[in-house]
Amino acid sequence: MTEPLLEFKAVDAHYGDFHVLKAVDYTIETGEIVCLLGGNASGKSTTMKAIMGIVRPTRGEVFYEGQTLRGVSTTERVRRGIAPVLEARRLFPRMTVYENLEMGAYTRRRGREFDEDLARVFALFPRVEERLRQLAGTLSGGEQQMVAIGRALMARPKLLCMDEPSMGLSPAYVEQVFDIIREINRQGTTIFMVEQNANMALAIADRAYVLQTGAVVLSGPSAELRQNEQIRHAYLGEMTVA
Amino acid sequence: MTEYEVLLQQTINGLSLGAMYALLALGFTLVYGILELINFAHFNVFMVASFIGMWALQLFGVSGQTRILTGAALAGVLAFAFVVTMAAAGVIGVAIERLSLRPLRGVRGTAAMITTIGVNYILFNAILLTVGAGSENYPNPLPVVRWQFGHVIVELKEVLIWVVAVVLMVALHLFVNHTRLGKAMRATAQDGEAARMMGVDVDRIIVIAFFLGSALAGAAALIFGLYYNYTSFIVGYTVGLRAFTAAVLGGIGSITGAMVGGLLIGLIETLGGQLIAVRWTDVIIFSILVLVLVVVPSGLFGRSNPQKS
Repeated sequence: MTEPLLEFKAVDAHYGDFHVLKAVDYTIETGEIVCLLGGNASGKSTTMKAIMGIVRPTRGEVFYEGQTLRGVSTTERVRRGIAPVLEARRLFPRMTVYENLEMGAYTRRRGREFDEDLARVFALFPRVEERLRQLAGTLSGGEQQMVAIGRALMARPKLLCMDEPSMGLSPAYVEQVFDIIREINRQGTTIFMVEQNANMALAIADRAYVLQTGAVVLSGPSAELRQNEQIRHAYLGEMTVA
Repeated sequence: MTEYEVLLQQTINGLSLGAMYALLALGFTLVYGILELINFAHFNVFMVASFIGMWALQLFGVSGQTRILTGAALAGVLAFAFVVTMAAAGVIGVAIERLSLRPLRGVRGTAAMITTIGVNYILFNAILLTVGAGSENYPNPLPVVRWQFGHVIVELKEVLIWVVAVVLMVALHLFVNHTRLGKAMRATAQDGEAARMMGVDVDRIIVIAFFLGSALAGAAALIFGLYYNYTSFIVGYTVGLRAFTAAVLGGIGSITGAMVGGLLIGLIETLGGQLIAVRWTDVIIFSILVLVLVVVPSGLFGRSNPQKS
C-alpha cells in the first residue's frame, strides 16, 4: 500500500489563546482533488498555514510523503513540492506578472525546466502571457487569480494547496478556474482546496472534509456529501422546508 | 557674485549634502520596508562608521589635511577606506539585528523600536567614553582642486561625493530589481508571509536589508568626514535626524523616495539657509518633518495603504 501524499494526524493549532484546529485528521492521496469546506473562522486558512509551516501544530503531526514535517522549514516544504495559491490571490502588487511567476520558482534554478513551466502556464492562461510586463496590482481580479495559480505552478508542485480559488470571481470566471484546476490535476498535480463555493468544489473534488469551528464534522466522497441533508442546507444554498 | 550665482552655488552644495542624506535615508527605508520598524540605531551606526573611516584613513598615515595624495595612491586609499567603512558598518548593522532584534521577532507593539533606541544609546556612549567628547580633525588626503564657472565653484570633493553616491544608488537599484535576492527582498516588503510561502528565507532577507542599509550609512559617514573635515560623537543626531526626515519626506519604505527626499532635504538646507537664515535651518527641516507627517504621512513616494499580511 502506498502512503498518502499528505496526512494530518490529530493536529491541534492555536493562535495565541484561540484553539483554531482541534484534533484534525485529513488524508490526501496522490492524484486526488480534495476539498475542505467550511465557513468563516472554521480553521480553513490555518490548515493551509499548517501545511506550509507558517503555523506550527501545538499537538499532532503533519506528514508529507510519509515523513513528518515537524521542524521542516517553509523553504524546504516548497522545495519538496508543496506550493500555495494564496487566499485573495496575495500577489506582489508592485512587481510585474513575470516577476511574480519568478517568485513562484524561487527555490528552483533557472534553465530548461523553468522555461518549460513558463510555457505550461502560458498554455493554461494565454492572458498571463499578454500581461507579462504589467504590474500585478493593476490586473483585474480574474487575471490576478490566473497569475496566482500560475505562480504556484512555477514551483512544479506535487501538491497544490489552494485557498479559496473562487473568491471574488464572477460566476463565469469561477467555472473557468475550476476547469483549469481539473486540467492541472489531470496533468498529475494533487490538489487540496479550501472553498466556500461548495457547489462547484464538490462538482470537481473526489472527496471533501467539512470543517466547523476547528473540527472535522463530516467527510467522505463528494457524491455522498452532495446528498447529505446538512451539507445541502448549510453550503449548497438549498432551503429545507420545515 | 550675482544672486543667481549664489543660488546656483547653494544648489551645488545642497546636492552634495543631499547625496549624503540620501545614502543615509536608504538605510531607514530598507529596514522599514521589510520590518515596518524605524531603526533608531541607524543614527549612531553612521556616527561609529565615521570613526571607522577615520581610523582606516589614519592607517595610511593620513592625518588632518596635511598629507595630500594624488593619482593611484589617492584612488587606492579612498577605495580601501570606503570598502572597510562600509563593510564594518554593515557588520555592525547585522550584529544589531541578530543580537537585539531577532529575539524580539513576532513580539507585537513597540518593543523592537524601543530596543533600537537603546542600542543607539549604547553606540553613542561607547564612542563618547572611548574617544571623548571633542571633535576630531578628519584625515583628508584629497587635494584641493576647484573648478570655477564665473563665481560658482565646484570642488573635487563634491564630484567625489556625487560619483560615490550615484555608483552606490545605481548598484542598489540593479540589486533590487535584477537579482534573485533583490526581487525576494521586494516581494518580502510587499507581502512578507506570501514571500515566505514562495520559499523565501525571510530572516536572511532581513539580514541583507540591515547589511546594505548600514553599509550605505558607512559610505555616507566617510563622505561626511571628507566633506566637513571633522567628526564627533554627536554627528549621528545632527546628520541622522535630517536623513530620517528625508526618508519620511520621500515616503519611508520607498527606495526612490529616500533618494529624492535626501536630495530635497540637502537643497532645503542650503537654499533655506541662504534665503532665510542658516540658524533657522533645523527649524525649517523639522517643520517639514512635522508637516509631512500631518498632511501626507505616506510621503512623496510612499503608499498610503501598504499591503499588509
